[in-house]
Amino acid sequence: MQTYRLPKIPTVDQVQVESRAAAFTTRSIKKGAKKAALELAIRMMDLTTLEGMDTEGKVQMMCNKAMQPMIGRPCPSVAAVCVYPTLVGVAKRALVGSDVKVAAVATAFPSGQSFLPIRLEEIRQTVAEGADEIDMVISRGAFLAGEYARIYDEVAASKQACGPAHLKVILETGELGTYDQVRKASQIAMDAGADFIKTSTGKVSEAATLPVTLVMFEAVRDFFFQTGKRIGIKPAGGIRKAKQAWQYLVMVKETLGDDWLTPDLFRLGASSLLNDVLMQLQRLETGNYQSSLYFSED
Amino acid sequence: MTQTQKKKSTDTTQKKSPETATAPNVEQTNGSESSVSPKTQAKSANPPPTARFTSSAPNDHRLVGGGRTDSGRLMVHKTYKMWVGGKFIRSEQGRVLGLHNAEGDLVTHYVRASRKDLRDAVSAARSAQTPWATRSAFNRGQILFRAAEMIDARRESLIARLQEHANLSAAEAAQEVDAAADRMFWYAGWTDKYIQVLSSVNPVASSFFNFTLPEPTGVVAIFAPTNAPLLGLVSLIAPVILSGNTCVVLVENNAPTLAIELSEILATSDFPGGVVNILTGLRDELLPHAAGHMDINAIASCGGNEAQDRAIQIAACESVKRVHFFEQPQTLDAWCSERQQSLYSILPFVEWKTAWHPIGV
Amino acid sequence: MTTKTNEQAHSRDMASLLFGDLWGYAPSPESTDHVRYAQRYGHFINGRFVEGKDHFSSINPATEEVIAEFASADEAEVDRAVQAARAAYVGVWGKMKPAERAKYIYRLGRLIQENARELAILESMDGGKPIKESRDVDIPLVAAHFLYYAGWADKLHYAFPGATVSSIGVAGQVIPWNFPLLMAAWKLAPALAAGNTVVLKPAETTPLTAMKLAELCQEADLPAGVVNIVNGAGRTGAAIVKHPDVDKVAFTGSTEVGKIIQRAIAGTRKRLTLELGGKGANIIFEDAPIDQAVEGIIQGIFFNQGHVCCAGSRLLVQESVAKEVIQKLRIRMESLRVGDPLDKNTDVGAINSRAQLDKIHELVQSGIDEGAHIHQSACHLPSRGFFFRPTVFTEVSQSHRIAQEEIFGPVLSVLTFRTPDEALKKANNSPYGLSAGIWSDKGSKLFSVAGAIRAGVVWGNTYNQFDPASPFGGYKESGFGREGGLHGLKPYLEVR
Repeated sequence: MQTYRLPKIPTVDQVQVESRAAAFTTRSIKKGAKKAALELAIRMMDLTTLEGMDTEGKVQMMCNKAMQPMIGRPCPSVAAVCVYPTLVGVAKRALVGSDVKVAAVATAFPSGQSFLPIRLEEIRQTVAEGADEIDMVISRGAFLAGEYARIYDEVAASKQACGPAHLKVILETGELGTYDQVRKASQIAMDAGADFIKTSTGKVSEAATLPVTLVMFEAVRDFFFQTGKRIGIKPAGGIRKAKQAWQYLVMVKETLGDDWLTPDLFRLGASSLLNDVLMQLQRLETGNYQSSLYFSED
Repeated sequence: MTQTQKKKSTDTTQKKSPETATAPNVEQTNGSESSVSPKTQAKSANPPPTARFTSSAPNDHRLVGGGRTDSGRLMVHKTYKMWVGGKFIRSEQGRVLGLHNAEGDLVTHYVRASRKDLRDAVSAARSAQTPWATRSAFNRGQILFRAAEMIDARRESLIARLQEHANLSAAEAAQEVDAAADRMFWYAGWTDKYIQVLSSVNPVASSFFNFTLPEPTGVVAIFAPTNAPLLGLVSLIAPVILSGNTCVVLVENNAPTLAIELSEILATSDFPGGVVNILTGLRDELLPHAAGHMDINAIASCGGNEAQDRAIQIAACESVKRVHFFEQPQTLDAWCSERQQSLYSILPFVEWKTAWHPIGV
Repeated sequence: MTTKTNEQAHSRDMASLLFGDLWGYAPSPESTDHVRYAQRYGHFINGRFVEGKDHFSSINPATEEVIAEFASADEAEVDRAVQAARAAYVGVWGKMKPAERAKYIYRLGRLIQENARELAILESMDGGKPIKESRDVDIPLVAAHFLYYAGWADKLHYAFPGATVSSIGVAGQVIPWNFPLLMAAWKLAPALAAGNTVVLKPAETTPLTAMKLAELCQEADLPAGVVNIVNGAGRTGAAIVKHPDVDKVAFTGSTEVGKIIQRAIAGTRKRLTLELGGKGANIIFEDAPIDQAVEGIIQGIFFNQGHVCCAGSRLLVQESVAKEVIQKLRIRMESLRVGDPLDKNTDVGAINSRAQLDKIHELVQSGIDEGAHIHQSACHLPSRGFFFRPTVFTEVSQSHRIAQEEIFGPVLSVLTFRTPDEALKKANNSPYGLSAGIWSDKGSKLFSVAGAIRAGVVWGNTYNQFDPASPFGGYKESGFGREGGLHGLKPYLEVR
């Protein structure tokens, strides 16, 4: 077995990448463009609950919301729900008959600090429970220690363990320290077979940001140029407002192009974004600013 | 053709101007020789300065009529050559001009530079510029300090030469030489300080380390003052070269030979060849070629007349040259004044570079 | 396990991306409802708007419609303006307490901020630049410039150690059309802070915001004659430059006109600063942060339609990464939105005038004729108005006109190099020396190359950044004198 070596990848200039990312936020998204963006955002959403206090009831309700985000008007369902492994079965049953996929975080989420065989077994069991997508975490400790081959091997093994399920690799960018590290981690994950790369667990304070996601876009783009393979991206954590959602979409549109404007290749991981998006949609429809009282919590 | 002298009419110098060293009348013949008939330049009103380092009379080496020493020894004739690219050269055209003393006697010849000499000097200055500018500021300072040392070391002969060639009294000659040494010394100290004093770190609103610092402009043509043949020259050359410029100096004054004496001093002060190039000759002849030369970046001029200054400005625009006119002091005292040395005399011959460096991880 | 990436990297052509209309942005035009301007302007002299004659039209380059008529000042009108400036200098401004001068300049800065939206819209209407630039770059910098120099007015004696400083007198200032109000601010703020009075001439294609600035001078209760603004073209500018009672001339514009001005003031002791043309080298080293560098190339050449004297119009890219950089550049160009300057999503607006558009066409044709390879973005251009596609020339040689002459449009010439030394030689092989960009991840290289480039502004891993605290100006035929920062005061002061 050959040891993985990180290929030569471009460095990232912090100032310039942040200024570029900020430029996407100045796009003016109005009227039809806004409506289309909001509906697209719903279709791309991984509606998430990842709490110690999650129960079957909670997941059940979230799944209902996922399938029918809004009452009284036609509204697309979300892309997936994202839950802990033990609740995959509940979600799967709740979503029967819908297109909504079940994603589950696995591999000793959120820290990843467990034994590899255990993490792989967790994946297998979760897939066996019916998960369509596995959101794994990389071992940030190993990554920061420079053990890139170990990260590669773990992701590759996880991919194998996934079988038919799609693998999303969470880089936990908030713990990586620099954009260069984000770019490196993205590369390793893609090289090792990730179907998606995902920014964050949502469990550390610095979650998804536009510049971090832009760096991942650029890694995905270069990987596509080199291999012809389209890898998906999922920013997650901290995306709470509809405006943020369309800013990400602007960035997708202008960096990766139309091919990535699909739930197959772009997801927004969020727990409280959905209602803000719905409120904005309603505002577009009615012309009235909205109140959260009129939107079901879950 | 007569070159008329130009007097700057400033209130402070007006009353002394009739009795001071001024540009000579150069009566140029059609041939290869011109005669210089300086007006009387004696200025004996001031007491002689204390000559602290003088141990013998400054007239020891004075040439007498036939080039003999006081003791009657026939001296070896000295040829005043120009200094270009570190070499002492005659003009490629072989023309000379004559320098005459107050009595009208021919003292010596000096070279009348041609436009091709100018061309060669500019090319020497250009080759020398980057190496000179990339030396450390400390090293350039050491060389300028060395020049000050060497002026002092040749004090006696310079005093003698100023007396013979520029018709100064012994006291005036000593005053000019001492001031020249001091001026060189003063500017020498600026090489590694002017950047510190004049640079800035600019607090921009974005995440950049932004700073502005001076860099030498490049090759500077200097039209030397028409008086103070030693001190005037040092006062213009030093602020130009200390920042890393190289220069081509065109000297037409009452005693261009002093410029060559200075060359000999600079040549023994570790100056790399081409940093200072000194041409003697006629300003009107060389001015259009220098001002229009596309490889000269800036012009410093002192003591020109209105027509000359205007001609410089007009030709300079061809390559957007920086042009700076130094007001010419009309008295030796004014030349010696500390007001004649300024940090801000360096500025016309530097460019400001602003650099933006990102601050990020 | 092996890395598939490495194996496949070289065996497969770069795939391309699709920038289509799967999700299009709806038009988002900035509303022009509340902008107010007159149909006819004369001049602003001695604190009052005065009638003029020989009116010309300023048109909106995006629609080719007339915005307003502006008078052309002749020698007599310029003389009135200079006299007003002289009287204000002698009578009021020159002897005003510096702290009060500071407060007047501060007022101008604040009034700019308060009227920012209207000014931004007018700037885009009159000049064709995208509203996002006039709104986010030009007008904020205008205000910042006045606010920065306001603070200098009563601290001038700290600026030049060991020297005494004093004002000069009347400054005659002639500005270009690419950043109309920003250039006015760059000229006015330091001149006023230093205690001088001003006669300013805006460019004849973009005089509108200068007239609005005149209104703000009135609102600020600036003493009459301190700022005078005369409209007109070259003849008016010449009258200012040649006026015997103008002590200081400041010009921003083409090198050609700069030389004419330098010649025109020969024989006088007028002080002169010139901010002229450029052919900025943007150097991409192989160790550059490539994706950000591509963004910097875009920023360098397509900002303000390339109507930027310091534009990074010569791209020097190291051969080892040239293919990748050019590929990414072309892809990036496809997402540039060209069109209505007032649409908030427009990236590249209208070319300032038909004359400028003609000049761009001419130079681009020369590039084609000389054998360079042209690539233009496939964007849709509006049917009316002056527009030009973002354009990149590859296979350009140093000897091509498009590598030497300032195009002043959205046209980039790409050259390659092999070593840092070769890059430097090419970068410096130009009579211009205004700006340069350097892209490398290696800090020591940034410093080294920045030091060796003969240009007044060198951007490391960025391009086209401006700040009122940061001095700006050129080497060689790009002019002399600095604008911005402490060094921008010097041209407006007697420093002894």
